[in-house]
Amino acid sequence: MRAAARPYEDVVVAAPVTVPYTRHSIHSAHWFLAQALAKLIKTAGIRKSDIDGLAVSSFTLAPDTAVGFTQHVGLSPRFLEHAPMGGASAIVQLRRAARAVEAGDAHIVACIAGDANHVDSFRLNTASFSRFARDAVYPYGSGGPNGSFALLTAHYMRAYGARREDYGKLCVAQRQNALSNPLALFRRKLSLEEYLNARLIADPIRLFDCVMPCAGADGFLVMRRATAKKLDLPHARLLAAIERHNAYPEDPIQFRGGWALDREALYDQAGVAPKDIDLLEAYDDYPVITLMQIEDLGFCAKGEGPDFVRRHSFTIDGSFPLNTSGGQLSMGQAGAAGGHLGLVEAIRQLIGAPLGAQVERARLGLVSGFGMINYDRGLCSGAAILAAEGRRKRGKKR
Amino acid sequence: MPGGQVKRRNPLVPLKPPLVPPFWRSRAAQGLTAAAARGLFALQRCEDCGAVQYPPRDACVECLSARLRWRPMEGGGELLSETLIRHGQELYFRERAPWRVGLVRLDCGPSAIVALHGACEPAPSRLRLRLALDKSGQALMIGLPEKDTPDMAKDPLIRETTCAPRARKVLVTDAKTKLGRAMVEALVAAGADLVWAGHAAPWKPSPHLKALGALAPVTLVPLDVTDESSVRELAGSIGGKVDILINTAEYHRPGSITSRAGVETARAEMEVNYFGLLRLAQGFAPALKARAADGPASATAWVNILSIHALSNDPAHGTFSASKAAALSLAQALRTDLQASGIRVINAFPGPIDDEWNARVPPPKLSPAALAASVVDALERGLEDVYPGEVAKDFVARFLDNPKALERELAG
Amino acid sequence: MSSPILAHLVSDLVAGRIRVVDLTHTLAPEFPPIVLPPEFGESAPVRIEEVSRYDARGPAWYWNNLSFGEHTGTHFDAPIHWVTGRDLPNNATDTILLDRFIASASVIDCSREAAEDADYLLTVAKMRAFEERHGRILPRSWVLMRTDWSKRSNDPVAFQNFDETGQHTPGPDVEAVRFLVEERDVLGFGTETIGTDAGQAAHLRPPYPCHALMHGAGRFGLQCLTNLDLLPPTGAVLIAAPLKIRQGSGSPLRVLALVAA
Repeated sequence: MRAAARPYEDVVVAAPVTVPYTRHSIHSAHWFLAQALAKLIKTAGIRKSDIDGLAVSSFTLAPDTAVGFTQHVGLSPRFLEHAPMGGASAIVQLRRAARAVEAGDAHIVACIAGDANHVDSFRLNTASFSRFARDAVYPYGSGGPNGSFALLTAHYMRAYGARREDYGKLCVAQRQNALSNPLALFRRKLSLEEYLNARLIADPIRLFDCVMPCAGADGFLVMRRATAKKLDLPHARLLAAIERHNAYPEDPIQFRGGWALDREALYDQAGVAPKDIDLLEAYDDYPVITLMQIEDLGFCAKGEGPDFVRRHSFTIDGSFPLNTSGGQLSMGQAGAAGGHLGLVEAIRQLIGAPLGAQVERARLGLVSGFGMINYDRGLCSGAAILAAEGRRKRGKKR
Repeated sequence: MPGGQVKRRNPLVPLKPPLVPPFWRSRAAQGLTAAAARGLFALQRCEDCGAVQYPPRDACVECLSARLRWRPMEGGGELLSETLIRHGQELYFRERAPWRVGLVRLDCGPSAIVALHGACEPAPSRLRLRLALDKSGQALMIGLPEKDTPDMAKDPLIRETTCAPRARKVLVTDAKTKLGRAMVEALVAAGADLVWAGHAAPWKPSPHLKALGALAPVTLVPLDVTDESSVRELAGSIGGKVDILINTAEYHRPGSITSRAGVETARAEMEVNYFGLLRLAQGFAPALKARAADGPASATAWVNILSIHALSNDPAHGTFSASKAAALSLAQALRTDLQASGIRVINAFPGPIDDEWNARVPPPKLSPAALAASVVDALERGLEDVYPGEVAKDFVARFLDNPKALERELAG
Repeated sequence: MSSPILAHLVSDLVAGRIRVVDLTHTLAPEFPPIVLPPEFGESAPVRIEEVSRYDARGPAWYWNNLSFGEHTGTHFDAPIHWVTGRDLPNNATDTILLDRFIASASVIDCSREAAEDADYLLTVAKMRAFEERHGRILPRSWVLMRTDWSKRSNDPVAFQNFDETGQHTPGPDVEAVRFLVEERDVLGFGTETIGTDAGQAAHLRPPYPCHALMHGAGRFGLQCLTNLDLLPPTGAVLIAAPLKIRQGSGSPLRVLALVAA
């Protein structure tokens, strides 16, 4: 039996901010997170002390957690969340923060994620990522996500007939979307030929399947609608959100994620259906995961992802706008900020202030997160549906 | 002429420094290493619900029981997916790219990421899984084709996880004993490129030494492990060439510790069995470490012939057992020292060998040829701990089960 | 009071009228040691282990630790070495009377016989023939058996000369030892081989006569001597003082011979 979650009452997200990504930086995670916080305060026109709730995600904050960070930046929140869930952190932070503001545990919650990227950070992070990874992945030469996703990608291709061209179409479309985004690290047009002929990294994964690790941070605020109105802040409403960890442990190899288990709850809570969604910000740290999300979030049936890809353009001005800022594949992956990237882009589209081009009539956005290849598969999944202000809540339609 | 089996190295190209793969493992995962060290395929199995666990855990993934026991398993499985890692982050893998890795559903339940042998059929296909020790000395799950292929051993994965004497240069520290002779002969049969047969006290006649020296790959060299200058001189002359060192030098006088007054015999045992190993380590280990990445026939292993009584003293061979226990302890230190370079230390724990010093020991006794064969087998399979023969296997089973009981049994 | 004899000795040494001949092998690990059947206790070999050599272990100095059995290298046998001499007075390296350490020596050349027969045994007849040419062997003097065996010392196999019946090296026969002890009252017997007894002396009656009879009578042995071919048949003076080891059965030592130039 699925327990129905109580609907969110007047919870909104506002003030999407990005500390511009850079390939490498000498700055620390503390620096990036503090800059994100400063941008939130400036964008919202509030004082630091107005922030009484904080949620933090970072891989490179060690030895600190969110606790140490409060003293570092002189915050005294009455709600504090440390969400070390990689690409699912944004959704998880949002879920926690939403209930906190609903309950009155906090008034304004700053949700931030960011990571440093020194020259050797990536290797050091993967070397100590998780116990299972250290015991059973890293010693096999597939340390880091490339090897693990290569196995999932190859299996998905064999099981469901996906072709390299299908993955390539997503990557090329996202790059097209990035062209108008001044913060994207990659803003050169990518052709399908370039994608197909790129350097092999871990068969069948080639260079343009992979996100580039970089440094940067993202953030947004969670508050009640009344607070946003009082602050005169453009905002989007939270309609629904789900999360799931270690879904389907019985699957011998990952071909689906927790979304498949929880999507009905998601759409029920929002009172909308997949066809109502105007834009999808999917977690895209390899195109095979985007395909899984399209299937598991109900846009098509399991195994029909490749067909779905062939039927849509995924560009901002085309059919099924996907990862409208260019996604991590074009903007870079700033560690734990990877999940925030999609969420802040969805807010920007829904309040009409995107970094790049605007999706026309963007009323409903779906944001999806995925994270933590603890061993052989990603463990954390989450999704949220956001609505542009002024949109009337429809009745249930499926 | 020796050296013919392997292409010679260009002496003007700098020798590569030895690299090893990541060493860190959780304590639970060391169970895999313990199994691999003995050549077993074992996984944790829940004593309560029977679920097989992988990766190794501290609580049962199904029922949360803490009663997880390492059990030998059938190593069958199905390859679900594979990749070629072409761009590793660790220097070790970068140097060896591309590196074939697969995701396997084990017949006993869990899924595992494994290193794949080149002859494995593409997914989906059936595999044999084994646990092998990698260059860091830790366990690696490897996937082999269902049936052996003729050139199995030439695969990089096998080369990286084993220490085969084929085409390598081996020093046997004492070839004058029955074991030394059998060892040299076994190495020649296993395709060693060159075997240096050490012999001390040349005036003591050896009925077989001359015949050994006449074998094409064998060169007799003077070596007295009790003499620092003798070890140093030989290390100076051949140390930079030795790929495998097999320490067969042994001094053994039977008797209870009260049956013989004084410590001179015990000291003589220590001089060979313990200090001899130390002198050899100081003489030969530095060059071995330096040459651990010297091409396909690099320096690769160090073998100690210990005794099962290094684990628990046989009072009828009291001081001998003690000297072997000391050697075992030193071998552990040597293992750590050599591990950082990827040189494997193999310890053989034979029961009584069929030689003059075990004349009063009732059968079964281990023939020198059988012991030599098990050492070659351990090198070829890349084992770390070898218990050759029935007596040794029985002994170690009893030791692992209840060391105190074994102590009492040995008193009987 | 100074002695004119000692003054003459020194001035003759300085003037080269007296030569000093070294009868000693270099003490080294590879020098062949005595070998007993393996069921017996064994002599420790000579071992020289470096303590430091102007390095981290001792930046300005070089030194070694030494270990060896009492009967290694060129060495001295005291009466206490053998069971027959165990209860005699002054029988150990620390109690032997000092004046015994300087004595004249007769050198009996058996090199031709030893070359022909490794198991050659020196006889009374051979010694009487020596005395006929060179005079009577003096009481309290050394008798040295020259075999040129020391010339084999760079070939340890030939020096030890083992085969499956044991060691084959020359030495005195039983009567020769009795003759030296009982009829000539010698100080001791010296050889170039590893034992004062022949390699096969275990089969004589009594076994090892030079050990049993010589030590039983409180006399000494010198083994592994070299350069005996540089000594005159008579007239050399040996300085042979073992280390002062408490209750020592023998010791490696430096054996010097003073010879008229």
